[in-house]
Amino acid sequence: MADDPEPAPPDPAPPDQSPPTGRPGRRLSRLRRRPLPSREEARRRLRAFGRFHPTRGQLVAALLTASLGVALVAQARVTEEAGLQQLRETELVALLDDVTTRAQELGVEVAQLEDDRSRLLGAEGDEAAREAARQRLQSYQILAGTVPVEGPGITVLVQDEGGVITQTMLLDGIQELRDAGAEAIQVGTVRVVASSYVGTGEQGEVLLDGQALSTPYTITAVGDAHTLAGAMAIPGGFSDSLRGAGADVTVVEADTVLIDALHEPSEPRYAQPVPPTQAP
Amino acid sequence: MIPVLGLMVGIVLGLVVSPEVPSWLQPYLPIAVIAALDAVFGAARASLEGIFNDRIFVISFLSNVVVAALIVFLGNQLGVGAQLSTGVVVVLGLRIFSNVAAIRRHLLGA
Repeated sequence: MADDPEPAPPDPAPPDQSPPTGRPGRRLSRLRRRPLPSREEARRRLRAFGRFHPTRGQLVAALLTASLGVALVAQARVTEEAGLQQLRETELVALLDDVTTRAQELGVEVAQLEDDRSRLLGAEGDEAAREAARQRLQSYQILAGTVPVEGPGITVLVQDEGGVITQTMLLDGIQELRDAGAEAIQVGTVRVVASSYVGTGEQGEVLLDGQALSTPYTITAVGDAHTLAGAMAIPGGFSDSLRGAGADVTVVEADTVLIDALHEPSEPRYAQPVPPTQAP
Repeated sequence: MIPVLGLMVGIVLGLVVSPEVPSWLQPYLPIAVIAALDAVFGAARASLEGIFNDRIFVISFLSNVVVAALIVFLGNQLGVGAQLSTGVVVVLGLRIFSNVAAIRRHLLGA
């Protein structure tokens, strides 16, 4: 470091505690007038300095150094907890940029995590499951015939004054409609469901689910109207055989047919569902 | 001896009281502290050379502090506060080092 050999002021009254830099010539003259203190001299002075001799000047100096100590500590404390007010404008701008970028990144991350969370919580899966269950319930209700349904389909009007229809003909007709994809069938006032049966009454009348068909009756089926009408028109099929027997059959395709007959489901007495855990 | 005790007392006082630095003083305090440290080291050197004078110490101490604060203030007004503060710190650091070197030579002869 700067080796400043300049040891002493030239005058009896020293100009400053920290030696001023002067021109080399003056330095030399000063050196001549007041040589460097020897090591012993310096140490003696140090010991002398250690002695306690209070004067007014010493006390004032002590006051100043005390204030220096306080300021030193206070400043160190301030620096320690240096807040934003210590920073300059450019630093603040850079800091703001950093923070903004970081906030954006974190915002994206938050959105992603919240997405994940909702997916994991099954809000979406829950909704899908609920929707699937609702649809399953709906199709079961339609299959079981517990709800009225409407949709495209056909209406088959049968004028059977002679009572020529037989059990087999009706069964064939129902089967043909089912074959053609009928989703719901109503014959007369009876909803045709899985457990529906066709029988013959005592006077030879055709019974559907125990109810006698009384002419004229209509058969209504919901499904693809064209396919259903085609199924009814199969040669040797339902319409053909009825007409051959002397009945009058009219098939009408419609955009909307209503099936409002309901089937009363009965509690199964014997069949029990297999517990799901044992299901394959 | 008494000024050294005063310094110690001041440090302890600062640690115990932990005074709040007023905001208007905050830009000036660091430079002022460095300037005061320069005066203290100069005084230590002067005392080893037998030329310590407490009147001069007080005056140099106060003038150092005032000039340092003035430079910072001026620098802030001119918009070069940071650069000027750095310059002042460099200069005062050089003086402190040279004073310490002198003290070392006086006491240790090296």
